[in-house]
Amino acid sequence: MRLEISHRTWKVFWRNFVVFRKTWLANIMFNFVEPLLYLGAMGLGLGAYVPSIEGLTYLQFIAPGIIASSAMWATASECTYDSFTRMHYQKIYHALVVTPISLEEIVLGELLFGTFKGVLYGTVILLVEAALGLILSPLSLLIPLVLALSCFTFAELSMIWTGLVPKIDTFSYYFTLIITPMFLFSGVFFPVQAMPSFARGLAFSSPLYHTVELVRPLALGQATSTAWLHILWLVGFSVLFFYPPIYLFKHRLLK
Amino acid sequence: MGVYPDIVVEAKNLVKSYNGIPAVKGINFVIRARECVGFLGPNGAGKSTTVKMIYCFLPITAGELYVLGLDARRHQRSIKSQVGVVAQEDNLDPELTVKENLLLYASYFDLPGRVAQQRAEELMNFIDLKDKASTPVEELSGGMKRRLAIARALLNNPKLLILDEPTTGLDPEARRLIWEKLCQLKERGVTLLLTTHYMEEAAYLCDRILIMDEGQILAEGSPGELVNKYIGKEVIELAPVQEAQAEKLVAALASKVLGYQLVGETLFLYSNNGRSIWQDISGRHRYLRHQILRPATLEDVFLKLTGRGLTK
Ligand SMILES: Nc1ncnc2c1ncn2[C@@H]1O[C@H](COP(=O)(O)OP(=O)(O)OP(=O)(O)O)[C@@H](O)[C@H]1O
Ligand SMILES: [Mg+2]
Repeated sequence: MRLEISHRTWKVFWRNFVVFRKTWLANIMFNFVEPLLYLGAMGLGLGAYVPSIEGLTYLQFIAPGIIASSAMWATASECTYDSFTRMHYQKIYHALVVTPISLEEIVLGELLFGTFKGVLYGTVILLVEAALGLILSPLSLLIPLVLALSCFTFAELSMIWTGLVPKIDTFSYYFTLIITPMFLFSGVFFPVQAMPSFARGLAFSSPLYHTVELVRPLALGQATSTAWLHILWLVGFSVLFFYPPIYLFKHRLLK
Repeated sequence: MGVYPDIVVEAKNLVKSYNGIPAVKGINFVIRARECVGFLGPNGAGKSTTVKMIYCFLPITAGELYVLGLDARRHQRSIKSQVGVVAQEDNLDPELTVKENLLLYASYFDLPGRVAQQRAEELMNFIDLKDKASTPVEELSGGMKRRLAIARALLNNPKLLILDEPTTGLDPEARRLIWEKLCQLKERGVTLLLTTHYMEEAAYLCDRILIMDEGQILAEGSPGELVNKYIGKEVIELAPVQEAQAEKLVAALASKVLGYQLVGETLFLYSNNGRSIWQDISGRHRYLRHQILRPATLEDVFLKLTGRGLTK
């Protein structure tokens, strides 16, 4: 099947961005409260009882993971609730697809906008953490690049779900079954090496795990020789999951 | 408006199935430049399905469809850039203002900024929304939203404007306002294709009407031609009438009645000589709750062709 993808993808991205510019103040504030609550409650509260992990205070240990997971949450909610609202309630896809824009470009534009939101939210958390003295290395300037790659994978996963679900209520399953377990078992709060082997296997199949494994060394300034493996894993995932959302939306909207 | 082919849309044995269930069953029609053509038909007739194939939203299951001389199976982008679409369901950007909606939509057609600004101003004037330029769409009335949707569909100077139920749900005044705008477009030479459930709308706007039901085209012609062909000059309505009674009545008037239709308990008698039937009946059937003699309209054609009752 031939894919119709051109510069028009950015028109879809831009459309969402223009709307976002109108509403960002109202939306953005609350999205930052939650990660900071985790940082405070777990880092300070639980951290008081945790001696140190891999030579770091507990707060230092979870701080990079919180960057990665906030980015994931932001992308996941953009590409589920918000995308579904645009498609199903506002009929925006219908309005776009009758212009020279193709459905492929709409889906890709949505993926890129979801990615943008994740990178933006993750980067703001990064800045807050830097201000709190939790970011130890200038290498952390590379974190937004890592987030761009990994948020694209979260966007793909979320858009697959959005292409499938009949009703908006069904997204709670996605968050309960996929996003929350990823959040808890991807090495954000504890090293996955501590888990039983099957659970470790699951962690390895989660894009968030590979993101955390990239973000943490960058935040702490630790060189790792395995970084390229995680990058390769995320790139592979992005490529593998690129076509499924497009396929699903074509079948959903243009039957 | 530039040059464009005399035949704007041509469908040959056009078929559309949804998961194997046919919604449009092999229809043939032609739409000529500068015509206003209306699709009429009951809910589920296949009107939206047909126009969605024309504006390249739905893939064609079988048959042939040419829009502006281009094959709709292959030249979607090119067709979409020359057609304006007002879909059945509102799909404006609700968070954005009237002007922002227009400017953003203009960018989808690659209109340069300056041109887009100018077109947006012109079109806000045209649809009388100039003073609402900075109002968010969420705060517009239904009629204003529909006018904005029409303006948006005109940004690319379309050769063909497709409107799927442009006035459904609007009050009579808002509807007239839209008719007026569509008439002006017609005068400017834009080819119009619309679907509607309102007979007065079709009669008022359309040069030609296609009546659809169950995925097929049942009749085609100008409003006047259709009325003459299927009904005659006048209609007598009688109610309440039972089926047996109706048959008796019709048999008695056979020489004067061109046709009849029983919808529920209302009997419609079609005739070119209504007055004489009226005299026959009104003397004898005073007990009927409802009896009137009136000129035949498009609605009679519609009921006759798409009705499910006793008919001839
Ligand atoms: N997306 C779809 N999936 C499956 N069936 C559909 C879909 N859209 C329409 N249909 C079916 O196709 C038939 C024609 O529908 P269509 O929407 O074209 O009718 P319509 O004439 O526009 O009706 P209305 O006046 O109610 O808008 C109906 O039986 C409808 O149920
Ligand atoms: Mg319809």
